[in-house]
Formats: sequence, C-alpha cells, structure tokens
Amino acid sequence: MLNAVSLSPEAWQAIVLTIELAGLTTVLLLLLATPLAWWLAHTASRWRAPLSALVTLPLVLPPTVLGFYLLLLMGPQGPIGQITQALGWGTLTFTFSGLLIGSMIFSLPFAVQPLQHSFEAIGPRPMEVAATLGARPVDAFFTVALPMASGGLATAGILTFAHTVGEFGLVLMLGGNIEGKTRVVSTQIYGHVEAMEYAQAHGLAALMVVFSFVVLLSLALLKRRPVRLLP
Amino acid sequence: MTGQQIRLRLPRAGFDLDVELHLPPQGITVLFGPSGSGKTSVLRCVAGLERAQNALVRIDGQTWQDDAAGVFVPTWQRSLGYVFQESSLFEHMNVQANLAYGLRRSNGPASARALQEAIDLLGIGNLLDRRPQALSGGERQRVAIARALAAQPRVLLLDEPLASLDLARRLDIMPWIERLRDELRTPMIYVTHSTQEVTRLADHLVVLERGRVKTAGPVAEVLSAVTPALSLGDDAGALLEGHVAENDAQWHLSRVAFPGGSVWLRDAGLSVGRKVRIRILARDVSVATQEPRHTSIQNLLACVVDSLSADTHPSQALIRLRCGPSLLLARITQRAAQALALQPGQAVWAQVKSVALID
Repeated sequence: MLNAVSLSPEAWQAIVLTIELAGLTTVLLLLLATPLAWWLAHTASRWRAPLSALVTLPLVLPPTVLGFYLLLLMGPQGPIGQITQALGWGTLTFTFSGLLIGSMIFSLPFAVQPLQHSFEAIGPRPMEVAATLGARPVDAFFTVALPMASGGLATAGILTFAHTVGEFGLVLMLGGNIEGKTRVVSTQIYGHVEAMEYAQAHGLAALMVVFSFVVLLSLALLKRRPVRLLP
Repeated sequence: MTGQQIRLRLPRAGFDLDVELHLPPQGITVLFGPSGSGKTSVLRCVAGLERAQNALVRIDGQTWQDDAAGVFVPTWQRSLGYVFQESSLFEHMNVQANLAYGLRRSNGPASARALQEAIDLLGIGNLLDRRPQALSGGERQRVAIARALAAQPRVLLLDEPLASLDLARRLDIMPWIERLRDELRTPMIYVTHSTQEVTRLADHLVVLERGRVKTAGPVAEVLSAVTPALSLGDDAGALLEGHVAENDAQWHLSRVAFPGGSVWLRDAGLSVGRKVRIRILARDVSVATQEPRHTSIQNLLACVVDSLSADTHPSQALIRLRCGPSLLLARITQRAAQALALQPGQAVWAQVKSVALID
C-alpha cells in the first residue's frame, strides 16, 4: 500500500481511465454479447459457423493486427472514419470512444463464449417449461434463462473487465498514448520503463499482478459452486 | 359437451406420426405404447412445443391449432399444464416461487384459491420454503404437478411423470394422481409405457404403435380386446370396475361385485360400498364347460364365449369371455380349446385363480 500512496498523479489518472474504459466496455459488451450468444446457442442457421469464427477471431489475432485494421477503418480515409466525419463527430482514432469500440471488439470472444456455453448447458427444457406456464419468450428469457445463466454472465463480465485492463497492443495502435485521454495503466507502465522510472513502473506493475490474481481467484471461486443445472 | 379433438401428422425418423383422437372431456386419457411409438410427440404437439403439419388441436372448445384455417396459438397462450418426465422445477427459485410463476402469468380465471387447492390436493404445504435441490424425486414431481394445475388449465398433460422415479416413489405418488382424477374436472392426457399406471389411472386408453392409433376407448373395453392383449404379453388381462359388496370377517375375504358377477379376494380393509378396480390376468383364468365341483378355486363365473383367437405362442389360445356386460380374458392351450370344442356363444364357467385389487 505504501507503493500505491507514492503513485504519481499521472499514474492515478491512468488507473481511473483504465477503470472507466474497462467498466464501460464490460457493460456495453454484455448488452451486445448476450443476444449474440443466445442466437449462437440456438440457431440452426448456416451463418452460425462463419459468425462463430468471426466472434472468436480476436482471440487468436495479435492485438496489433486488430489495432492496425481498426486504425485504418476509423481513420480519416477509412469507411468508418468517413461516416463519423460526415456525422460531424470527427475521427474516432486516438480518442476514448475509439478505444472503447476497439476494446469491445478485442474482448468479444471473452464475453460471448461463457454466455453461449451457459445457454447451451441450460438446454431447451426450462424455456419450454416457462412457455407451458404462460410466459412469453422475452419474459421467459429474463426470468428463467438469464438467471440460470448467471454463472456464465458473471464469468463473461469478469473476463471482459480483466482482459480490457490487460490490453496493450491495441491501445497503443488505436489510442496512441495521450495522457488523460487514452493513456491507461499498461501504456503508462510502458512509458515509465521507457523513461527509466523503474520505481513508478513497479508500483503500477505490482498493482496489476495483484489485480490479475484477484480476478483469477474470483473466477475459480465462481466455478467451485456452479449454478445448478438440471440433474 | 365439448371433448378434445386431436389430429396430427408429423414426419419422424423411421415412421410418420399420424393420429386422430377424440377424447372425453373429463378423466384421465392414457396414451400407451412402447418407447418410440410417438406418445410424447403427440403430447408436445398438443402443447405447441412441436409443430405438426396439417393438424387440428381443439381442446375444451378452444382451437389451438387448425392448419386448414391457418391457426397456431403459441404455447404460452394455451391454457394448459404440462408435467415433464424429469424434474423441471426452476432451480433458482424456491417451491413457492415456482408455484406462483404460472399463476402470475395465467390468462384464465386463476386465483390464489386455486393455488391453495393445488397445494392441498398434492400435500406440499410444508415444502413451500424449500429449494428444489432439497426435495426428493417424488416431492419434485408433486410440486411440478401442483405448479401445472395452479393456473387452472383447460387440460393437464403429463409426460411419463413417474418414469424417473423408483418403484417405491411411484407407488407413493399414484394416490395423489388418483385424487386429482376423482376431485378435479380438468381432463388429463397421460403418457406412459407402464401397464401398472394404465390399469390404475386410466379412464380412457389409447394404444399407439409406430405413430398410429392401434385402438382407443374406455380402458376396460380396450384391455379386454384381443389385439392390445397380445401386445401386453404376460400382462394381458381384464380390468373391471366394481365396489366392495361385503366383507367376511371370519375368513378375511372381501367380495367385489362388478356388472355381471362378483369375486372374492383378500380383505384389504376397505369399507363396503367403496369403489375399486380389479384386474384379472388372462393367465389366471381357466375355462370349464361344466360347473366344476370339488375345486379349491373360489371364484367361478358363469360366462359365454365371445371369441377365440391365436395367442403370442402357437400352443396358446386367448379366449374372450362375456360375463354379463363385463369382459374377461382367459389364456388356455390350443389343445384344451379343441378338446372342449369351444365355440363363440357357448356357455362356460370361468375359474379365476387370482384377482388383484388395484385401488
């Protein structure tokens, strides 16, 4: 804790920004990933396999590749950049919003996969039971499927948050390293090391180690008492 | 009087389901058949969980599916209760919340009173605060039945509700289902492949085989018909409905009278007048052309031969006997049938070696 107290104002700024980015990414991504995971778990569509592969792509691509293409897409010449400029928003590259979108894409598989597995494990029966009891599909989804998948939802949230906190390559490519706007903990550590400020780097790096351990511990505890499914 | 009308076609692996049923508006209709005969599919189509083609499902005056008129009511808008084979309670809710789930969403004239009635009928009042995980298999199914009944559905569909339970639990829960049959006016469609459940619970019996209705009708009639008897094999026999006519305290026997006759059986402690079902297996009935004397067999019934048919084994014959309006089956050897020169219309004595009391 002594280390934490001695963190520089820039370091604190980076921590706050990191939490903001990770928190927003988690909330928005869960809203997006839940319907997507539900669809993937239930569809018989021929688009299932290609879409599933597309969702998993960020898992295997180097973050720099992802960052590079997002940079091109969102840049002044890219199609997304053209649209945002036409809407009067300017370009999203090197902004917090751009970073947010990048983070959501980067963590997509970490949110979708636990949810999809939970939905698949529940099977069709509970939704059928709910229907025979007069629940319309949306009602049944929120009162039966989602509570039964709460373990998957928690895992998805924790993984997304932690993964966003840990990203580096994408942030550097897409966000630059602008203090107060896009400089997060990982890039701040990089900055400290570049500037030979090893003590400062230590403080933040140790914090990351502790944080990561707590995340993994909570995941392990979550798995130890899984949501009971049908016997 | 509006009954249930069900007509379905559903292609399945191996065979096509193709059934047409007219069911009585009350009591338990059992869909009986070997596994894979399409019983559960019929039930799922009635509930709208599966969609049959060219179907007509009309329950208690309401049309749920009529493909000729382009009508398909989704499951959640159908006033039905469904009890699944395995425990289907919501594990993230306690018993009370499970029971309230359907009640709150009911579009019928549901009331807290109906829920209380279901709780009382199934004797689960002391389980309300429990989680499903803390219930035994039998308790879970009783809660599931109560939950299905709470919203006062127009029909209760039960898909082998006892199949996942062991024999002791099954015997535990059957009286509760009998109670529903006797005290509720809700018609029930009950899927099973257990002859024990058929003889004990059915009012109306539909025998399915490879997606077709083999025979259907009141249970006593269907069971004493020769063809389903063959498919029951060793369990072939007649089911008779009667009442306890007298109790003989000295010999610990009871006489059960049924239309056309009566039989003595072991006193089971039932009071006179009590309605009971008895089952007489074909293998326990022998036939004599003259009134047998000097026999240890206590139950002799004057009958008329109705028909003779080949049985499952070439050595045997299945004789259908008419005892007043009631029907009995007797399994004897072909040689005996020939030696006695049995003919339809002939008066004979049926000697009943053993009678089982069903409820």
